Amino acid sequence: MNSELKNFLKSIHEKAEKIGRPLWFMELCGTHAEAIAENGIKNILPKNITLVSGPGCPVCVTDQSDIDVMVGLALHGIPVAVYGDAIQVPGNLMSLEEARRNGADVNIVYDITEGVEMKKEKPNLVFFGLGFETTTGMTAWAIRNGLIVYSAHKLFPPAMEALLQNKKIRVDGFINPGHVSAIIGTEIYAQFKIPQVIAGFTGEDVLIAIDKLLTQIISGEKKVENAYSRLVKKDGNPKARKMIAEVFEISDATWRGFGKIKNSGLKIRKKYREYDAEFVYRDLISKIKKETKTKPSACRCGEVLQGIISSKDCPLFGKACNPDNPQGACMVSREGSCSVEYRYDN
Amino acid sequence: MCLAIPGKIISIKNQLATVDFDGIQKEINISLVSVRAGEYVMVHAGFAIEKMDADYASEMKGYLKTELKAGV
Repeated sequence: MNSELKNFLKSIHEKAEKIGRPLWFMELCGTHAEAIAENGIKNILPKNITLVSGPGCPVCVTDQSDIDVMVGLALHGIPVAVYGDAIQVPGNLMSLEEARRNGADVNIVYDITEGVEMKKEKPNLVFFGLGFETTTGMTAWAIRNGLIVYSAHKLFPPAMEALLQNKKIRVDGFINPGHVSAIIGTEIYAQFKIPQVIAGFTGEDVLIAIDKLLTQIISGEKKVENAYSRLVKKDGNPKARKMIAEVFEISDATWRGFGKIKNSGLKIRKKYREYDAEFVYRDLISKIKKETKTKPSACRCGEVLQGIISSKDCPLFGKACNPDNPQGACMVSREGSCSVEYRYDN
Repeated sequence: MCLAIPGKIISIKNQLATVDFDGIQKEINISLVSVRAGEYVMVHAGFAIEKMDADYASEMKGYLKTELKAGV
């Protein structure tokens, strides 16, 4: 470790000692969870700082009912395309990977332009649109280029509000997501009266965020600071937001673990409904929803996503549930807190 | 899903740009940003999501220096 970093860590320890009470900081992006684990940050922090993961993994917060719809469409002979992260997430019936093994036409794409290309050969292809503001602009672009989409897209700030309203959750500060913020900017977070720092994704970025949170707590401030200004601008990316607003409108959405959060989702505007799978396949989707029965599971991903428990508190973790045999979304996605915890602890 | 990589725009043709990632060049969709050749962008899942400062290490170095100077 270089001397600059060593001195910096010393300052973090001094500040934490000065505060002298237990502190819970929540990171809100799965890539932060990865950076924290990869750099062993939890091991070098003062004892009174606990880092918890929040709902920052888009695959993880996608509700089972949305997986069920995509699996149902695929099993009814409609070709589907999906980002690789989501293919193994178990639905109530099965995952998209299992549907593929059962003969369904399930295609993995790295980027959505591959979906637009694929449509030329498979005109009824349905793309599974999921993710936060970072990926929504791309989906909007693809819809404008003729791709049919089932939208499970979500807005990030309403989830932060839901977290703050849940009295079971203790949070002293948020490490806000870097790439979501690149789109939405910094000012939208000012409504949340809690110390917040927008951070990039290196180990140093995370340490800077923690240091700034400590400084705010010492001074009694509750503001938004931008420690990722090399990318994140005050106004974010207006061009991407314009593209999103052109194609999508705000709606309620169901999040795994949280349930329904008002105004937290994005549905495709009527103007583009010929590319909205919920409209194009409305009869089939309502049949799928009626026929799917909820399967009970001991998986506690929902509580992990809210920072109520840590991965290790789940009885399945590392036993029945591991990356080769994931029981829930938090273990499926590489950014899921259970996957990160498992990979770096073993 | 937020894993993204910074790269430098070499050339632009309509909605596509050739972007250099430390010696590896790839075609990237630039429909979501307003950029010119020579500028840096953050790329995620085949799209440039936002422009980026050219000297991306400066923020961190700057912060560490000021914090240490302040004697905290």
